[in-house]
Amino acid sequence: MGMTMSQKILADKAGLSQVAAGELIYADVDMVLGNDITTPVAIREYEAYHCGEVFNKDKISIVLDHFTPSKDIKAAELCATCRDFANKNNIEHFYDVGTMGIEHALLPEQGIVAAGELIVGADSHTCTYGALGAFSTGFGSTDMAAAMATGKCWFKVPAAIKFELTGKPREWVSGKDIILYIIGKIGVDGALYKSMEFTGEGIRYLSMDDRFTIANMAIEAGAKNGIFPVDESTQAYMKDRVKRPYRVYSADLDAIYDKTYTIDLSAIEPTVAFPHLPENARPAKDATDIKIDQVIIGSCTNGRFSDLAIAAAILKNRRVAKNVRTIIIPATQQIYLDAMKAGYLETFIKAGCAVSTPTCGPCLGGHMGIMAAGERTVATTNRNFIGRMGHVASEVYLASPAVAAASAVRGSICTPDLL
Amino acid sequence: MGKVFKYGDNIDTDVIIPARFLNIMDRKELATHCMEDIDIDFAKNVLHGDIIVGGANFGCGSSREHAPMVIKENGISCIIAISFARIFYRNAINIGMPILECREACERIEVADEVTIDFDTGLITNHTKNENYQGQPFPQFIKEIIQAGGLMNWIGK
Repeated sequence: MGMTMSQKILADKAGLSQVAAGELIYADVDMVLGNDITTPVAIREYEAYHCGEVFNKDKISIVLDHFTPSKDIKAAELCATCRDFANKNNIEHFYDVGTMGIEHALLPEQGIVAAGELIVGADSHTCTYGALGAFSTGFGSTDMAAAMATGKCWFKVPAAIKFELTGKPREWVSGKDIILYIIGKIGVDGALYKSMEFTGEGIRYLSMDDRFTIANMAIEAGAKNGIFPVDESTQAYMKDRVKRPYRVYSADLDAIYDKTYTIDLSAIEPTVAFPHLPENARPAKDATDIKIDQVIIGSCTNGRFSDLAIAAAILKNRRVAKNVRTIIIPATQQIYLDAMKAGYLETFIKAGCAVSTPTCGPCLGGHMGIMAAGERTVATTNRNFIGRMGHVASEVYLASPAVAAASAVRGSICTPDLL
Repeated sequence: MGKVFKYGDNIDTDVIIPARFLNIMDRKELATHCMEDIDIDFAKNVLHGDIIVGGANFGCGSSREHAPMVIKENGISCIIAISFARIFYRNAINIGMPILECREACERIEVADEVTIDFDTGLITNHTKNENYQGQPFPQFIKEIIQAGGLMNWIGK
C-alpha cells in the first residue's frame, strides 16, 4: 500500500518498512527543539526523573526567543534555567541574546534542520521545517523532556490531505496570502490530526520563504505537519547551510489521501484574516475601511529577509501614518545584518518605524507591542485569538508584509496597489 | 461526580492560559489565571472533580503544556470535547489529564448536570438527565502511558 511523504519519513525513523494512518509508532528523532517558555517546564520534568545525560548534545536546540531579551525578572529566571541546563549538558545549538533569532527562522538558516529529517519541537510552529521536505511537528514540554532523554518520540501516523497548487501567484501575493486563503477555505480544524501535503506545478513559483510561511501555519488548520516536495529551490537553499547528508523523500504514486484540494494560485488575492481566528480570511481590498493603531512586521511566519525587502520597497520614501505605531522585527541576527547592509533599516527608520532585535515578543502578547483595549493591529504573525496581542478587547488582523506595510502608510487596511 | 463547565468550539490555549502569564513557573499561581479571558470566575468556582465540556478543536493554538497543566491543577477530572487539537491531546495524555471525545455528550450535557465517566470503556453517564453517551476510549498504547502515570514514567526513567 502506498505511503505519503510524511508516512515514509515516519516509517524509516521507526525502522519499519510500512506504516498506515492511525498506527501508533515509536520513532527516532533528528532534532529536539525548545524555547524559553517550554524548555524550563521540560527541564523540571527532566530533572525530577533524574534522566542523566541528554541522548545527544548535538541534536537538541534551545532558543531563547519568546520573552527574550528578558522582559522581566520572572522571564529572566526562565532564561537562567535554560542557560544552566544548556551549559551543564554542553548543548551544541543553544542560542541566547546576541546570537539568537526566532527559532523557526533560525534553525533552517543555520542548517540545523534538513530534508528527510524527523524534527520535534516544544513550539507549535515547529511544522515550519516541512518547507524543507522534513517531517516536523510541535509537541509539549513533557514530550521534550522524554525526547531529550531517549532521542525518541511516540507518534500516531497521520492521514493526509493533498493540496495541489496550480498557476502562478499575482503581484503582491505571497505565501501568507496563500495559507490564509487555504485556512479560510478548510477552517481552523480542517486538517485536524492530519498532514497537509503540498504538491503541484504551482510550487515552482514559490520562494523558500513562501514555503516556510505556508508550512509554518499548517498548525493553524489543526494539522500535525505541512510538507513540501524537495526541488531545486530546496536544494539550493540547503547547499551552503546543511553540512551533512540528507535524504529526499517523495510520496508513492498510490499514496492514500483523505481529500485533495486544487488551489489555483493565480486566483488568490492579497488576504487578511479578521479577528479572532485565522480562518476568518477575506480579500484585503474588502477591508479598507478598518482603521488601525499598530502594524507588526516580523515573527516566525514573516520576519525573513524577503519579507523585510517587500516592506522596505513599500515604505521607501514614504512615512507611516500618524498614530500608527509600526514595529519591524527581523527574525534573526543574520537577517538584521543583511537588512542593514541592504539599507532597509534606514528606510524603516526614516519612514517612522521602530526596529527591534529578534524576538517573538508581540506575536504571543509577550512584550514589544502589546495593545490596550479597543486597539487594532495588522500583523504578519500567525494567530489572532482573543487577547493574543494584549487586552482581550483588542484585535489582530493577520496579513502579508506587503499588506501590513501598505496599511501602515495609509492608517487603515490597504493593499500596495491602492497607495 | 462533578459539575460541568461548558464552553464552545475552538477554545484555544491563549484563553486557557494567556501568554502574559507564561513567565510564571509556579503551577498553583499559574492555575489562578486559567480561563480568565473568557470566564473570569473559573478558578474561583471550580471544585475538585468538576468536568469541562467543550466543542470542536478544544485546545487549539500553542504547544504550551501549561494549558492542560493548569486545568489539571484546578482539579478538573475530565475534559470532554467533540475533538481536541492535536498537541493539546498528546500533552494531556503525557501529563495524565483525562480527556474524551464524544459529540453526543457535548451536545446533550448542560451546565448544571452531574456527570460520571468510565475511562476504561469511555462511557459517560449523565445522572441529571439519566442518559448515557459512548465516548471514544483510548487505544491500548495510550492507556499504557496513562497507567504508567504519564510519559516520563512510561519511558522508564
